[in-house]
Parts: sequence; C-alpha cells; structure tokens
Amino acid sequence: MADEVILLDFWPSPFGMRARIVLREKGVNFDRREEELLSNKSPLLLETNPVHKKIPTLVHNGNPVCESLIIVQYIDETWGPESPLLPSDPHERARARFWADYVDKKIIPAARTTWGSTGDAQEAAKKEYIEGLKVLEGELGDKAYFGGDRFGYVDVSLIPLYSWFYALETLANFSHEEECPKLVGWAKCCMQRESVAKSLPDQHKVYDFMLEFRKKRQAK
Amino acid sequence: MAKLKIIVSATSLFCVRIEWALKLKGLEYELIFEDWSKGKSELLLKSNPAHKKIPVLLDDGVAIAESKVILEYIDEKWKGGDLYPLLPQDPCERAQARFWAQFADDKCLFGTWGACCAEDALEKEKAVEAALESFTYLEKQIEGKKFFAGDKIGYLDLVVGWIPHWLGILEEIGGMKILDAERFPSLHEWAQNFVEIPLIKECLPPRDKLVNRLSLVRSSAPNKP
Repeated sequence: MADEVILLDFWPSPFGMRARIVLREKGVNFDRREEELLSNKSPLLLETNPVHKKIPTLVHNGNPVCESLIIVQYIDETWGPESPLLPSDPHERARARFWADYVDKKIIPAARTTWGSTGDAQEAAKKEYIEGLKVLEGELGDKAYFGGDRFGYVDVSLIPLYSWFYALETLANFSHEEECPKLVGWAKCCMQRESVAKSLPDQHKVYDFMLEFRKKRQAK
Repeated sequence: MAKLKIIVSATSLFCVRIEWALKLKGLEYELIFEDWSKGKSELLLKSNPAHKKIPVLLDDGVAIAESKVILEYIDEKWKGGDLYPLLPQDPCERAQARFWAQFADDKCLFGTWGACCAEDALEKEKAVEAALESFTYLEKQIEGKKFFAGDKIGYLDLVVGWIPHWLGILEEIGGMKILDAERFPSLHEWAQNFVEIPLIKECLPPRDKLVNRLSLVRSSAPNKP
C-alpha cells in the first residue's frame, strides 16, 4: 500500500522549508497543503496538532508528527536509510543536534525580531543575529557543509533562512556578504541542490510578505 | 579515573537527568561541580563556549552540551545487547517522545518557573492557568501507564523527572499550587513511583540546598531554574 504523506505548511516559514527539503532529499511523494495561518487554520491542522496548532505538521498514514526538527529526524529515520541526514557516529550526531538546536534557540528568534521590529529593538536583535551567524561560520570552518562533505541535518536546519536574507538586509540595513561571507558561500552551494532550490521561496516575495505583515501590525 | 565526567551544579534539574541516564546504562562517571560564587569555570567556558551552561558531558575529553542532546548521545553510544534503552525503536514513538519532552521543557517547566517568579498577583494567576493547561496535556500522556515509557522508565520520564522533587519547592517559594493530586491523579501517582526508584532517589539533591538555591535564583535573575 502506498504511503500517504501530507505536509501542512506555510510558504514563508523556515520550519516548513526544512520539512519540504528533507522530503525531497528522500524522494518522498507528498501532498503539500498551504495553511491560512493568519486567518483560518484548517480542521486537519487543528486535529493533528491540537497542542500547538502550528506548521509544519506531517501526517504520515494518518499519524501526525509535529515540530520541524522532530519531523526532519522522523523522515530521516523512516525513509532512505542509504542517504542519512544525520551521521552514524554518536558524537557527530550529538554535534549536529546541538547546532540545529542553536539555530532554533539563537538564530531564528533573533532573525524574527530583526524583521519584525524597528529602532532599538531591531538593532539589538540584528546584533544578536549577526553574532550568532558568526559563531555558526566558525563551526562551518572550511568545510563544504556543516557535517563535512555531505549535505546534512545542520544544513537543513539553517538554509531556509537564506530565503529571508534580502528582507533582513533591506529592513535592518546590513549585508550578509560583508558580515559572514563564508556562510553566504555555503548557502549558495546548498541552493545548487534541487531539493533546496525547490523548497525555498523567492527572497523578494518573502520581503513583500514581511513588509505587508509589519504594515498590518502597525495599523492595529 | 573515570573517562566520563559531567560538569554540573549541585542543584540543577538538567544535570540530574544525565546522571540518571548514565546509571541506567550502568556507566561510571565523575561529577565536576561548578561553584557559582566563583563565576563560570574555565573548563565550562571552554567546553560549552556557545551557551556557557551546564550540564556538559565530557566523554574522554570530548564535550557534549544541551541535556536532551546528551541523553540521545548516551542512548546511541551505549546501545544494544543488555544495555537499557532510553528511547523507543519505532520512529513514530521516538517522534512522540521527543515532542512531549520538548513540550514538557518549554511549557510545563518554564511555565512553572514563570509562574513561580511572577510577583504581580494577576500575572501570577495567568501564569499558573497556563501552566495548569500544560500539565493537563502531560496528565493525558501518563493516563493508564505506570511510566511515560511504559512499564519501565525511559527518556520522557527522565526529562520530566524534575516534577516529583523540584515542583513542590517551586510551588512553595512561588506561593502557588500546580500539581494537585485530585486534578492530576495519574501524574501524581507517576511522581510517587518515579522517585521511589533507588537510582533516581540517590541522585536527588538535599531539599534545603534546593530551596536555598532556587530562592536565590528567583530573587536575582528569574530566567532558568
């Protein structure tokens, strides 16, 4: 019997992008459903993720899996064992999990505040965001990918933010190329992968979305 | 000399998770205590430069940080044969365990801490309500089971293992009640069963030390218990 894989998603979400990338890396056929997150969440979302009511939510043969990094690990453990995203060595796996967690705890919240705020709050968030990226750049070093030669777990956790780069630079007045050139190089390398190119939205479209979101919030 | 060491503080609920995991795997280890009165040690700053936080597991000199990451490391490095499994094998069950562990830390633990630290009466009331909602989800997860992992303890039991010993103290110093036996009968029973397990009990810090430390942290910088 064929697998039924549904991904409840929202196009500008970096968390959603992670799931899209991994499903494509593994060659899994999936039904991507766009959620009207800001207005009208679907009954399926409310039923499969009643705790958080958030995307991404993966529904595999009726079984829901929630939280993007948990979804990524689930996909990695369920499909394509010949091309794992996490390395086999326990220490390398722990290292990968640590840095993906760092992206979640430090980078994404700072990025969100950077595009979502103005003035002092934006400056503080921008500083934290750039500092965090520099730490990651240090961790990347001279490697092609965070795990070495192969595209893997940490790359998946971070690359979605590349689609936010133009918006962040324009709204907060800085340049990723100037601040962390190695990371920009790494991102362009990841974008060569079909799974990544297909899963990330256009940077200008993201910028328009953020601009619209900020306007609506200021109007309230 | 033990190859396995953990950089800990005497009262941290995150550190005790690691001790429990190592004991379940039958592994010997040494504790390196941080002395907060002297500031963070060179070893800690060198071993976890990104967060500068405990616990850090040192395995033959190699450092692993973040308690839930450490638990999975321990489970993956020492597995098979007679070795005690922390996480289930099935990917769906593993995803569930990871989800509830993250939820318990983000909502139940930090929710409780937030409620404990809230000074304003209305703020405290709201925070307690939110925490109670989170605990309701946890109660549903343990209903009909002896432990979160089933008949024996596992990963999720270790992650929520702070509840029996730490929660009562946070309730006391925070002037609030969360784990009411009538409202959460299954969780209450789980807590009593969990803390009676010898290897769990022997790692618990003395109550008075915990009260002093948590009171101090609460009054100075309310961000992490």
